Amino acid sequence: MHEPLFHISKRGALPWYRAWLIRGLALLAALVLCAVVTTLLTGINPLQVYVTIFKGSFASSRRFWDMLQRLSILLCVSLAVTPAFRMRFWNIGGEGQVLVGGLASAACMILLGGKVPDAGLIALMTVSAMVAGAIWGGIPAVFKARWGTNETLFTLMMNYVAIQLVRYFSVVWESPKGSGSIGVINPSTHWGWLPEIGNAYFLKVLVVALLTIGVYIYLNYSKHGYEIAVVGESERTARYVGIKVEKVIIRTMLLSGALCGIAGLLLVGGTDHTITDTTAGGRGFTAVMVSWLAKFNPVWMILTSFLLVFLGKGAEQISSQFQLNQSFSDILTGIILFFIIGSEFFINYQINFRKSGDKEGK
Amino acid sequence: MFDILSFLPRAVMQGIPLLLGSTGETLTEKSGNLNLGIPGVMYVGAICGVIGSFLYEQKVPADQMNAVLAVGIPMVCCLVGSLLMGLLYCFLTVTLRANQNVTGLALTTFGVGFGNFFGGSIIKLVDSEVPSIVLSATNRYFSASLPFASKLGVVGKVLFSYGFLAYIAVIIAIIASYVLNRTRTGLHLRAVGENPQTADAAGINVVKYKYMATCLGSMIAGLGGLYYVMDYAAGIWSNNAFGDRGWLAIALVIFTVWKPSWGILSSFLFGGLYILHQYIPSGMNLAVKELYKMIPYVVTIIVLIITSMRNKRESQPPASLGLPYFREER
Repeated sequence: MHEPLFHISKRGALPWYRAWLIRGLALLAALVLCAVVTTLLTGINPLQVYVTIFKGSFASSRRFWDMLQRLSILLCVSLAVTPAFRMRFWNIGGEGQVLVGGLASAACMILLGGKVPDAGLIALMTVSAMVAGAIWGGIPAVFKARWGTNETLFTLMMNYVAIQLVRYFSVVWESPKGSGSIGVINPSTHWGWLPEIGNAYFLKVLVVALLTIGVYIYLNYSKHGYEIAVVGESERTARYVGIKVEKVIIRTMLLSGALCGIAGLLLVGGTDHTITDTTAGGRGFTAVMVSWLAKFNPVWMILTSFLLVFLGKGAEQISSQFQLNQSFSDILTGIILFFIIGSEFFINYQINFRKSGDKEGK
Repeated sequence: MFDILSFLPRAVMQGIPLLLGSTGETLTEKSGNLNLGIPGVMYVGAICGVIGSFLYEQKVPADQMNAVLAVGIPMVCCLVGSLLMGLLYCFLTVTLRANQNVTGLALTTFGVGFGNFFGGSIIKLVDSEVPSIVLSATNRYFSASLPFASKLGVVGKVLFSYGFLAYIAVIIAIIASYVLNRTRTGLHLRAVGENPQTADAAGINVVKYKYMATCLGSMIAGLGGLYYVMDYAAGIWSNNAFGDRGWLAIALVIFTVWKPSWGILSSFLFGGLYILHQYIPSGMNLAVKELYKMIPYVVTIIVLIITSMRNKRESQPPASLGLPYFREER
């Protein structure tokens, strides 16, 4: 009888150390390939590649803090999209939700700067950023809950509506006139700039660290978190045990959007002090991958977002040293992602080869 | 005054990359694969064509160029590049059963990065003297219109003034529509996208159909990138100039409710909406123009909502869109 050479079957749960061993090996293979690609393009020796990547984040304390800040913001967006992913709601609209959050903060800074006390202004910025993000995330959720509208495509389209909205206001509030961009807001008065604790970076790290703990507890130890997990496992089960699925979907997306809004606030109020259509900088999409790579676990996400930011900065270092295009980091990121995405297969499945000499009916 | 005569051809030219992208994505989605990597695939298709003809133009002076090679080299490079992207997506999602959304987004990150990197660095990498990538010789072949087009006045301008890839795009869309709706292959493909379990039970090779549709779809979409840079952009590569057209192509798939034949006119409509802001007199108010650019996306959202509300069976996404299929997990 003809038997296939191998068949694939689902594994039981692997012990965690073997799962991470597989991921580690995939990462190693990816790093080797990255070095080969870099060597081919620049001609430097592969070891030098790693040293340069390492230097990108750790050569000076300024670079280190900058790395921490980027990590925080990416982690913040990743935390934001995670609750939705846990209930299998594919929110790839993080980009737009961050942008409208940032736009709302920028609006407060421009329109209310100097008219209300600074502490009140920052409070208003926070609230409006969260509300704006929540609305942006809530609209697709309402339609998903009520009519089952495809959320992946809906949230994707909302990104571009948000981008155009930002471009519109960039012209409306342009400064100086005719530049078509907003420029640094309140450059001399610093109205609405988030306060500095210690140095320019620490506040964001602190806020996101607190958010990480908060989201971790919310997802793992609260009733809401439990409901999200049940809806993600099976909507029918959730309905059967009396969970209002529509309510959970909308509530979770409002939360997702609001957290994205906070990322927008941190970017506009804390880092850039301006807003452009690239303020979100693709983080909404990267966050999807960060969250998925970490298996939707907020603590592992610190690691995965570190990995991506570390590589990104390293690749920037390489490209500026060799006067190559900055997009080099996207290529390296892509290679690493492909390897890790592929490695999940070997964690979830095993390949059983046909045993030679194994006779039927033995 | 609204200049319809210059508006129409430009709308069509804007629409062609979208048409190719959306035809490719429709084929892909019909097999149940939601390939969010299409924007990346289109970038890779474009840059591979650019690299091919850049090297060719460097080697051969413009007056000695062979028309077949000038068109053939970028075409083949583009098709191979986008085929590889499609294969990568299939290998990860079909063979290794990875999550489609994550794989697609990674593919887009990689593809856009790949395009911008080589677009920005190829001159340095091959130690060339030229200041920027301008492939005007190749552009001549790609944008050559039929010789009698200019003699036919208005009709010639609106119908016959485009490069050959524009007509290929329309033909591909018609063929795709025919194959999907009128042939056994199309029936099988739709079955795979609607319900892979049933298709598998009926003896259809699900894996083969998913690979074929996705790879073919990627190659068609890649041509969209090639058309953009070689014809529309007159052979000039500039980073990020292609912009968000890849996402707009995905939007167009929804707008046409997964029908490639509707894609032809819809893509011209989208192309028109994309440049509408340049034709509507808004006086000194530049800000309003940005709001006009929002229209294609808002319209797509409305279509998405209406199709889900009306719940008509013909206009739904393929039932297993975005879901992985493992035979062993039935």
